[in-house]
Amino acid sequence: MTKILKSREILLALAILALIALISTRFPGFVAPANLANVFNDTSPLIILAIGQMVVILTKCIDLSVAATLALCGMVAAMLNGMGVPLPVILLAAVVLGAGLGAVNGWLVWKVDIPPIVVTLGTMTIYRGIIFLMTDGKWINAHQMSAGFKDLPRAFVLGLPVMSWIAIAVIIAAALLLNRTALGRSFYAVGGNPHAAVYTGINVGRTQFVAFVFSGALAGLTGYLWVARYAVAYVDIAGGFELDVVAACVIGGIAIAGGAGTIAGAVLGALFLGVIKNALPVVGISPFWQLAISGSAIILAVAFNARQGRAKGRIILKSAEHRA
Amino acid sequence: MSDSTHHTARLIPDRLTSPLARALRSWEALLIVVAVAVFAINSFASPYFLNAWNLSDATFNFTEKAMIAFAMAMLIIAGEIDLSVASIIALASTAMGIAMTAGFDTPMLVAVGIGTGVLCGALNGFFVARLGLPSIVVTIGTMSLFRGISTIVLGDEAFTGYPKSFAWFGQGYVWWVFSFELVLFAVLAVGFYVLLHRTNFGRSVYAIGNNPTAALFSGIRVGRVRFILFLMTGLMSGIAAVCLTSRLGSTRPSIATGMELEVVTMVVLGGVNILGGSGTIPGVVLAAIIMGLVTFGFGLLNVPGIVMSIFLGLLLISVIAVPRLIRRWGK
Repeated sequence: MTKILKSREILLALAILALIALISTRFPGFVAPANLANVFNDTSPLIILAIGQMVVILTKCIDLSVAATLALCGMVAAMLNGMGVPLPVILLAAVVLGAGLGAVNGWLVWKVDIPPIVVTLGTMTIYRGIIFLMTDGKWINAHQMSAGFKDLPRAFVLGLPVMSWIAIAVIIAAALLLNRTALGRSFYAVGGNPHAAVYTGINVGRTQFVAFVFSGALAGLTGYLWVARYAVAYVDIAGGFELDVVAACVIGGIAIAGGAGTIAGAVLGALFLGVIKNALPVVGISPFWQLAISGSAIILAVAFNARQGRAKGRIILKSAEHRA
Repeated sequence: MSDSTHHTARLIPDRLTSPLARALRSWEALLIVVAVAVFAINSFASPYFLNAWNLSDATFNFTEKAMIAFAMAMLIIAGEIDLSVASIIALASTAMGIAMTAGFDTPMLVAVGIGTGVLCGALNGFFVARLGLPSIVVTIGTMSLFRGISTIVLGDEAFTGYPKSFAWFGQGYVWWVFSFELVLFAVLAVGFYVLLHRTNFGRSVYAIGNNPTAALFSGIRVGRVRFILFLMTGLMSGIAAVCLTSRLGSTRPSIATGMELEVVTMVVLGGVNILGGSGTIPGVVLAAIIMGLVTFGFGLLNVPGIVMSIFLGLLLISVIAVPRLIRRWGK
């Protein structure tokens, strides 16, 4: 029992439930299944990106360029749509382009040995700048997009929109990847102890490269979903969203020093922010509060992580032992 | 993040090179060459470049960022980072706006701006130095928190109508073409040079950046030094907020958005190792001047701001990548 209560994921899930309960005292409609499904759908992009970011953070790196990658791939998807390219090809193109942009980050980290934060701070402005160079700052609006392009994320299958199903598919696939494959375990190994990872025959740099490609591909996928769902593409879409993504990971207990964290944590961290974002207007708090609230949530979460880690000694090693 | 290259760089060489040869091969020497090249290209590209007043205007492109970059350089040398500096500017500027609305005059506004900056720095320092939290996460959090508070206060409004005497900090000139900001930049550059390169405190910053544990065991109060460094970054952000608010004459919650990126770029371009342990103030001064000249030159050629930011992003990556690639291919 104490073990369950000490699990971060359970605590976070309880915190989210408490938050939802609190909101429902002021606005009972919030707990209606349809509304909760809506909150999940609304949080889907954040969930997908947080999973990509989590894998990068596991390997001791950070990807601050996810939002810019999303915007660039979204814009390319919208432009391809304007040229009449069929939807499956557009989807593929968005994912491949995202993976390519991630590969640029990963290559600079792996082969040129530049710290990830510097690489992605740089590519974050470069990728967004490329959108400007491609479009001259022009917008692609709803009427310039085909109906099929816009409808896919919103189409309902088995009671949920396709966007939610994609998020669920990504969650399952990533959980299998991280827990059931050698590659997935090597992400943990590289972040947990790079030197030990080398001695067990893992190529640290290449594993980090793969993590960036993974994160980029997911950002590319999200780029299409974002642009299609909001039916608009311009230079600044998802501006600053990389911070929400990192915040979701930190709140979800992904150790920023690498090597520790779970898919459930990343998903719950994203949902925590998603619930807050959707609840603010409902309970009558100005949306201007959102930035400060997510900032406070990050600080509280990281302080909480550190306290828990200190009480138990090295939490990174502990959790690595658990999973090994 | 493999750190093999850093260890090889610190091996003791068989032969000691002469100080002159070392100076010629230093990062700062390369920066001087780049600065001269940028200056020359600019003078050819635009007839408006070589003009005392235009060049004086160009300095506003870097003075505020450079003030923060000096403190940020010391923080990064010590192995920490502060991504909340631009948000501190937003909060300090908002605090000044509130003080102005409450009827306070210029001296009080300046005190409020600087005081807010110091308080924000103290909060970052408390989380990092006292609670031992990773600075990158803490300052990503306070980055949202500080700008978030500013957004709560202002919403989509703005503070305008600062007193006339307040405008001097961002728009006034001390003598001829030398603006207050430029003079302050020069004074701070000298001050930070002395602090980092000529005092015990400066030595301890390097020591902590190279090996915090060894620094602790050699009697350096690591936590205190880290706290002071965050305090200083907050202080400089507060001072920059006074200058920027005075120059713009208004406060919006979006003020100085993305400036943390430019400050970090400036510091890294100045030759400070992003992983800590090495870097100099003269390097940062040169990087500030180069970035200011490039921005100004692009401005004269009517290049849009976002294209400049692509250039800065490329510059940030290539200044680190090129020497590493050359070293690798040279072997």
